[in-house]
Amino acid sequence: MTDPILSLRDLSVTFDIRPRGAWPWTKSLTLHAVSEMSFDLKPGECLGVVGESGSGKSTLARAIVGTVPSTSGQINFEGANLADMTPRQRRIHRRDVQMIFQDPLAALNPRMTVGEIIAEPLVTHEPGLGRADRKARVQEMMKRVGLLPNLINRYPHEFSGGQCQRIGIARALILRPKLLICDEPVSALDVSVQAQVVNLLRELQRDMGLSMIFIAHDLSVVKHISDRIVVMYLGRQMETASAEVITTRPEHPYTQALIASVPIPDPELERKRPRATLDGELPSPISPPSGCVFRTRCPKARPSCAEAVPPMIQTAPGHRVACPYHEAEDLLAASA
Amino acid sequence: MPAYSSDAERLIEVGHLAEVQGRSLWADARTRFVRNKAAMAGLFLLFVVAAFALFGQFIAQYERDTIDFTLIGANMRQGVPSIETGHYFGTDASGRDLFARVVQGTQISLMVGIIGALVAVIVGTLYGAIAGYAGGRTDDIMMRIVDVLMSIPFMFVLILMLVIFGRSIFMLFLGIGLISWLDMARIARGQTLTIKNKEFVEVAHATGVAPFKIILKHIVPNLLGIVIVYATLLVPNMIIFESFISFLGLGVQEPNTSLGALISEGASNMAYGVLWQLYFPLIFFVLTIFAFFFVGDGLRDALDPKDR
Amino acid sequence: MLLNIDNLRVTFDTPDGEVNAVNGVSFQLDQRETLAIVGESGSGKSQTAFAMMGLLARNGKASGQVNFDGTDLLKLSPRQLNKVRSDQIGMIFQDPMTSLNPYIRISDQMAEVLTLHKGMSKKDALRDSIRMLDAVKIPDAANRIRSYPHEFSGGMRQRIMIAMSLLCRPRLLIADEPTTALDVTVQAQIMQLLADIRDDFGTAIILITHDLGVVAGFCDRTLVLYGGQIMEDGPTDPTFADPTHPYTRGLLRAVPRLDRTDDELLTIAGEPPDMSRLPQGCPFSARCDYVRNVCPNIPPELRTFDGNRRRACHVSREEVTA
Repeated sequence: MTDPILSLRDLSVTFDIRPRGAWPWTKSLTLHAVSEMSFDLKPGECLGVVGESGSGKSTLARAIVGTVPSTSGQINFEGANLADMTPRQRRIHRRDVQMIFQDPLAALNPRMTVGEIIAEPLVTHEPGLGRADRKARVQEMMKRVGLLPNLINRYPHEFSGGQCQRIGIARALILRPKLLICDEPVSALDVSVQAQVVNLLRELQRDMGLSMIFIAHDLSVVKHISDRIVVMYLGRQMETASAEVITTRPEHPYTQALIASVPIPDPELERKRPRATLDGELPSPISPPSGCVFRTRCPKARPSCAEAVPPMIQTAPGHRVACPYHEAEDLLAASA
Repeated sequence: MPAYSSDAERLIEVGHLAEVQGRSLWADARTRFVRNKAAMAGLFLLFVVAAFALFGQFIAQYERDTIDFTLIGANMRQGVPSIETGHYFGTDASGRDLFARVVQGTQISLMVGIIGALVAVIVGTLYGAIAGYAGGRTDDIMMRIVDVLMSIPFMFVLILMLVIFGRSIFMLFLGIGLISWLDMARIARGQTLTIKNKEFVEVAHATGVAPFKIILKHIVPNLLGIVIVYATLLVPNMIIFESFISFLGLGVQEPNTSLGALISEGASNMAYGVLWQLYFPLIFFVLTIFAFFFVGDGLRDALDPKDR
Repeated sequence: MLLNIDNLRVTFDTPDGEVNAVNGVSFQLDQRETLAIVGESGSGKSQTAFAMMGLLARNGKASGQVNFDGTDLLKLSPRQLNKVRSDQIGMIFQDPMTSLNPYIRISDQMAEVLTLHKGMSKKDALRDSIRMLDAVKIPDAANRIRSYPHEFSGGMRQRIMIAMSLLCRPRLLIADEPTTALDVTVQAQIMQLLADIRDDFGTAIILITHDLGVVAGFCDRTLVLYGGQIMEDGPTDPTFADPTHPYTRGLLRAVPRLDRTDDELLTIAGEPPDMSRLPQGCPFSARCDYVRNVCPNIPPELRTFDGNRRRACHVSREEVTA
């Protein structure tokens, strides 16, 4: 078996929150954004991370990219632990890990031309490159992501949302990184454009042999692009399995509820599906429930769930669930 | 079904076209500014005043510090503004050519305004951007320094400085430079805090761009809109400030002069019927201030990001 | 018939010229019917609703007819329109905070609606408000009604908005992307709530959305807008099972589905239209795979077929569905 390109071990990220108007000496509260995340990413694999808002999936991405410091645990990238490095040491690795963001326009500096934006990583990491070479690389990349190379001197506001996301992709890929992290890359786009960008990402991943982490709240999109899926809730991993297994035989009660909630554009099927909606609200990440974080909304919760954080149990090869009362359930049976 | 065709293929069909020049936000703002009539009138007026300050001395028939002793005491009749005598704006109480003196006064006033604004723009913007970007303790310390400086009654300190170290243009510039950047630093910091959280800054950080380069390339260009607007509104404030000091008799030293000093003199001689000594410097003063305000307003409308 | 919209047009006067957001939209809505207006950004779906309610931005102008129960809403004075709006038509927006005042308690905001429009006493109004919050399943409504809007989560705020819009028992409820800002599990809760309300109160609902999945489970009829024009309209089931317009077909294929494994998503090439530069003819012609010479020049007529379905396309139905 090949070594994973990225492997997280018990990664936690917490933030200190100071209530507004508090005295300088009062103790600040701790917000648990990501708690004890562990997973491996193989070279060339696409791992989907699904979760609702507040699940900590964006913080996870930022911890891996290094714009948010991790609190404990390891981020092993090609054998080196990024979490232990000083900013200076880490800068060398930054060229191998790139990121794409949700809001395509906000991720582009409005005062820079498209050419300058895409070239910035080159200027930073390959300062020896001549002006002409740089421009050639930029234009080649623009072609690659489906942008007309003659638009190199345009500004971001002159492009549509889909095109802006293509610019973001070109920028992220110009250094030929090994790992690409996509944080909700298509959720701000229209359906018709969303499909274009998803296809482009798949195509690029295959052609460039990229490893990818694809983060989104929309399970249908994630399932479409990912090999394997991690389901997160309130900063913790609930279930991990192949995309196929997660959607057809989910075992964790939360994954099951999530799948039951995703609407399917097929009126007949929608009417037939069981509609077990989750009650209640997401608990506060400042004081998460003891034991299993999902127990406050879980239909299968028992008193014992409050006692200890349930460990990830392997139920089948490549399928791990953080619930001792797991039980497979096919929620899409009606479609079969 | 020909539903899927890769965009890359389409592009190759289109082939290479000439590079298209983009329309930057600055260009957009310029178009909006040019459309604004009041602002353009203000800009025109500013050019006229600037041209007067720069080239006026070549038109003047007399040196600004030549005293015409024959006119002393007979000012009211013989010092009247007239084209024939060459004293276009008349003479002052000491028989000096008022035209030449207004030219110089305008020069000094514009210079004070522009230097004050420049210091504010350069020092204030960088200081604020660094404080805002660094955040945390650095930010706290840097901004508390600004707070402390702001709480000192500067007018009083400046007057003291001028009295102790003697009146000189240098002292005046130093004093104005010292206070002008404080407000700007606060504004720049506030803006930086919002820009800092924009995703494009995070992208640059994630790519490994060095912090100072992020400030210069990503933060400052996006601050400039607000900074420029504030700077144009700051210039007239600086001019008024200098005039006030000069009006008190503490600013520019004789035989040099500024609009404030001239207005002060003119005002004190009003009773003797030599009203032109007040009118001419006052007209230039008011025109300059108005022009700057109009231009500033125009810039604000043109650069306002809410418009987009 | 509750609502009859005839040839509705909306234009906006902008510095860059006139923008036509809605171009001759006509449709009807029966009592108790649930209609979905589906479209992407710039399709004019929200502007259609805003025009009906007289809520267009200041530079917008609506023409045509909006007959609600026999009165043309576009001809009413602002005052009369206000009355209709508060008594008979409720509206829910994507962001509940735009219509809730952050500085006033929920109790006061809700009771005000009733005392003002129904002339109720304060006590009765409060009692009715609490009952309505119970109906939208806000736990512990009697106590929580004294809270401020920011003390509730996004999903709860949307419930409060729904409760407020139902206070006067409207006959029509317009929901503009009510669940777009919410998580899927909360979305499922809210859609369930809307379905219950439809059944309990018999309210007709217009659901404006871009999410075809939400439409499938909820609406009787689906109307597809593109570039401010109706592309296709008909009962939800046949429209989804057998879409007859190239745009509807493309849209349904572009959505990734949880119950399917496709290797490649089929896409609609190109970008959503620039509303200030629409073609003379069909707005979709620039992206359509079936485009002909006539398409960009002559607007296709909206023709009725199969009794209650409509489509606007120059290409025959057989050719598109083949």
